[in-house]
Amino acid sequence: MLCENCRENDAVVNLTTIKDNVVTQQHLCEKCAAAKGVETSVTMPKHPLGDFLQAVQQKSLVGADDAPACHFCGASARDFRTTGRLGCARCYGAFERSLRELLRRLHGNSRHTGRRYEPPAPELLERAGSVAQLRERLRRAIDSEQFELAAELRDRLRAVDT
Amino acid sequence: MSLDLSLLPDGGVGWLDASGEHADVVLSTRIRLARNVEGYAFTPRARDGERLRVLAQIRDAVPRVPSLTGSVLLRVDELTTPVRQLLHERHLVSKELAGLESGQDVRTGAALLLGEGVSVMVNEEDHLRLQSLRSGLAVGAAYRAVERLDQELGSRVPYAYHPEFGFLTACPTNTGTGLRASVLIHLPGLVLTKEIAKVLAGLQQMGLTYRGLYGEGSEVVGNFFQISNQTTLGRSEEELIHDLAKVVQKVIEREEEARRVLLRDAGYIIEDKLWRAYGTLRYARSLSLDEAMNYLSGVRLAVGLKLISGLSVYTLNKLLIFCQSAHLAYAEGRALSEAEACQARARYVREALANEAGAQG
Repeated sequence: MLCENCRENDAVVNLTTIKDNVVTQQHLCEKCAAAKGVETSVTMPKHPLGDFLQAVQQKSLVGADDAPACHFCGASARDFRTTGRLGCARCYGAFERSLRELLRRLHGNSRHTGRRYEPPAPELLERAGSVAQLRERLRRAIDSEQFELAAELRDRLRAVDT
Repeated sequence: MSLDLSLLPDGGVGWLDASGEHADVVLSTRIRLARNVEGYAFTPRARDGERLRVLAQIRDAVPRVPSLTGSVLLRVDELTTPVRQLLHERHLVSKELAGLESGQDVRTGAALLLGEGVSVMVNEEDHLRLQSLRSGLAVGAAYRAVERLDQELGSRVPYAYHPEFGFLTACPTNTGTGLRASVLIHLPGLVLTKEIAKVLAGLQQMGLTYRGLYGEGSEVVGNFFQISNQTTLGRSEEELIHDLAKVVQKVIEREEEARRVLLRDAGYIIEDKLWRAYGTLRYARSLSLDEAMNYLSGVRLAVGLKLISGLSVYTLNKLLIFCQSAHLAYAEGRALSEAEACQARARYVREALANEAGAQG
């Protein structure tokens, strides 16, 4: 069914209004419904943290929208806001300030006091995988159009290969 | 790929044996640690190739991880949907790992490493979800097992770790210790006496939360609740599990008190209700899952109150798992319609109860 107002988009909202004891029903698209001041839930993020993140980030991550995307995985602050998930471990550095604030609100604290961790010594690692990792990062950098980073990674790969 | 479940250590359900403390009230204690492997994007953002390399790296490390001796690796991404459902019904994999969430398919590289008492989900929301599952209330034992696994694996595979934030996870709600301890508990007394709302509200004030039988987003059925810690950062692992155990102990006392009140104030009504539940399970020819869960809850209460004897908690635990749809289809060797599943469920429950020495009042 088409929206009864614009006759362009599909009607997704059934708006019932009562005026002077007369009930009228209108089938509207999301846009026209919004124009009449009806909130639709369609634009809300669909993860459990959704409401919370929106409320927090309106305050703390607004500035971070301009923060550069994560160098490792290319995720942006906007990506985080829509999915509620960070892209990689480096994202914690890329969005450190706003994340610290978010962690404090979520956990009441932003400092880890549990078990400390020392990564294994390189000779103990099962696979160095450094070349494969560099290649993966290069592919990712090209995909997300971070050409400066891509050039740097390409040079590093050449250095490893020779 | 089909799967012979008898090849799994304990069939993956050793925790059903009701050997733990308070096993008539507490079904199981589960502790999981969320970990990510350094050098890759987190699972939701990773490419297929990255996830496969994470899996390969874990696979290579397994022979040097004593906690995983004798473990079985299941490539969840190569299993059929019915088998993935079966693993989910056994609480061995999350809905997310099994690719059973609406609109989602199973991820390339999704795998389960199943050892004795411990397991690792690979390429869940985090690269690694280390888990330990125990019968009854056993937070200490469950934590020691998963901590050992964590130390062994973490000395072979580099984890993503930050000196200030701790272990780094895809979702900031898990950052820090990455630890979620949850206790699956049966609280029919508190539900019947309508005390449950107060108890659940109290949990939230203590920094704990509750969920249904299948974790996040699942409904409460059969009066089973999963109580777990809500925060993971700013407190040590020991503090988190100690607090949970202390509160669960209190909840158990409240449940026992509620049961005493029920018996004292409404003895014959309760007795009648629970025997009717038993009668239905014993003789019904068709049972929906919800019905079965609710009547099993009643019979479990009756056994706890010693109104029915000759029926073991182990049998009741097994029934909870094995009367689910994917298990019935697996036992029948074919897909079942809803009506066929209800009949198969009634038959399975009838036979299981008939095989017990015989319940007596």
